[in-house]
Amino acid sequence: MPEFLQFLFSGLMVGSVYGLTAVGFCLVYSTTEVVNFAQGEFVMLGGMMAASWFSLTGLPLPLALGAAVLATTAVGVAAEALTFGFSRKPQVLNLTIITIGLAIAIKGVAMMVWGKFPKDLPTFSGEAPLVIGGARLAPQALWIVGTSLLVMVAVRLFMDRSLTGTAMRAAAADKGTAALMGIPVRGLSTVSFAIAAAVGAVAGVISTPLTLTSYDHGTLIGLKGFCAAIIGGLGNVYGAFLGGIILGLLEAFTAGLGGSGYQDAAAFLILIILLLVRPQGLLRGTGRERIVKV
Amino acid sequence: MLRSDPTTRVSRWLPLVAFLAVVGAVPAVSPNAYALNVLGFIGINVLLATGLNLLMGYAGQVSLGHAGFWGLGAYISGVLTARFGWPPLPAAALAVSGTCLVAFGVGLPTLRLKGHYLAMATLGTGVILQVLFVQCASLTGGPSGLVDVPNFSVGPFEVRTPLQNYYLIWSCVAIGLVGALNLSMSRIGRALNAIKGSEVAAECAGVPTHEYKVAVFVLSAAYAAVAGTLYVHFINFVAPEPFGFMGSVLLLTMVVVGGIGTFWGPVIGGSLMTVLPEYLRAYEGLEVLLYGLILVLVMMFVPQGFASLFRWLPRRAIRGA
Repeated sequence: MPEFLQFLFSGLMVGSVYGLTAVGFCLVYSTTEVVNFAQGEFVMLGGMMAASWFSLTGLPLPLALGAAVLATTAVGVAAEALTFGFSRKPQVLNLTIITIGLAIAIKGVAMMVWGKFPKDLPTFSGEAPLVIGGARLAPQALWIVGTSLLVMVAVRLFMDRSLTGTAMRAAAADKGTAALMGIPVRGLSTVSFAIAAAVGAVAGVISTPLTLTSYDHGTLIGLKGFCAAIIGGLGNVYGAFLGGIILGLLEAFTAGLGGSGYQDAAAFLILIILLLVRPQGLLRGTGRERIVKV
Repeated sequence: MLRSDPTTRVSRWLPLVAFLAVVGAVPAVSPNAYALNVLGFIGINVLLATGLNLLMGYAGQVSLGHAGFWGLGAYISGVLTARFGWPPLPAAALAVSGTCLVAFGVGLPTLRLKGHYLAMATLGTGVILQVLFVQCASLTGGPSGLVDVPNFSVGPFEVRTPLQNYYLIWSCVAIGLVGALNLSMSRIGRALNAIKGSEVAAECAGVPTHEYKVAVFVLSAAYAAVAGTLYVHFINFVAPEPFGFMGSVLLLTMVVVGGIGTFWGPVIGGSLMTVLPEYLRAYEGLEVLLYGLILVLVMMFVPQGFASLFRWLPRRAIRGA
């Protein structure tokens, strides 16, 4: 039983980070139909900036975290405006490859600036683990899960309630009509990148105290976040987060029960089977058809 | 149009024949071993990109796990020759047929998925294959790789020098290119293009869409497996690193940078993306950043790929597209 709880805790914690990354994929996808492969790099940037500013400048921790999130948001805006804004014939495939190029470039800058060694942040509220039912739970894990849920709900409320969010949903449903209604579709793409970068950076700063981060950390987390978003449905923020939790739990349990080397293979095998047996998506309203209707 | 007319056929075959003639003559002009090695790698990448283009460019199906099949070909050849002492030729035959079988098993269920879901399923396949390369360490050597893979040989004739490797690799590329061009001008090529345009319409026109998609998936995996076999005997070593997700993304990039769906696109893309890192190596520390920026700029300003700059080449792989 303690073992089961331990896997559950670790799965929920890792899954929240994946889920938050997946929410970033959703945001960009819903306004541009582009899978933003630079999303994982935003996670890395958030973590790296917070860690280096905290250790170098001696900023108080909350200030360093906030500054890192803001700076990453600025990077997201700049990256989008300079590339998507100036593209000739901005087709989805081209824009997707542009995000791959951006991811590589951001990783290159991170390697130049911070070197290849991993960086660390102190935990937000102490190291002493809580013991629940025989399983140990780091206080930071509560920060991770709590912050992720909060951010996800905030994003969902923004999408549902705010005028900008409504415009984004309109653009996602039909770009042409939305533009005719006077919605600045181009600008919404920048807004979605800004929010996606901020959400990614939050995922980075809350997870760095437990997992460390390094210049090449973003690729893997981006890959996982992408999978989570697909599983949960790219058009649905809650679904994407749920996808992240599922992926995290799958990994934790396969690693715990079957030896850690095969955890990725097992998780992906289950994901593929899930795609094949539930092609309509985990939650309704994910918006895109997954299977060829002939 | 049901059949290309003879003049179009000539105009489409002529550039290929001329290109292959140049490829055959290059060693006479530039016999330096470094250049021949780089050209060898170019050949392998051109073969990979051409195979992937059959799937993505001709039939419009995404794959983000293609490097996994490349790795599978490389590992089957490498393990059979280095660990079990098989002669390279039967090992190569088993590598290609084994990879095709795996691709068939994967493609049969997953090609019913569409768009991002197909991307996800192929991506997962690639990740699973790479985990197997790392974890089956007693066979594959694990993360540090499999060493002492022998040179390719047929009976007593061994492919030893860079020059011999160059000709071996480019003969395979030549066969691959001829096959791709032939396919693009055939009935099947037009059917694949119909699938890319609209699967429902293709089905209504009597194209067995699922069967054709699986077939082209297996064919593109066969190209990758041949490239894998050539690769492992070329460098006499294989490690899991190039066959992961980023490897598959790199192959996709080659196809798109060259010009997706064009015949010459993968040739141009495969060459550029092999040469570029070689040049960037001079900018120690900056190379990753420059590589990313160049990729972004190319996609911003040459969105159709470099093949679109050569208007005198037939622009589309499939006539009437």
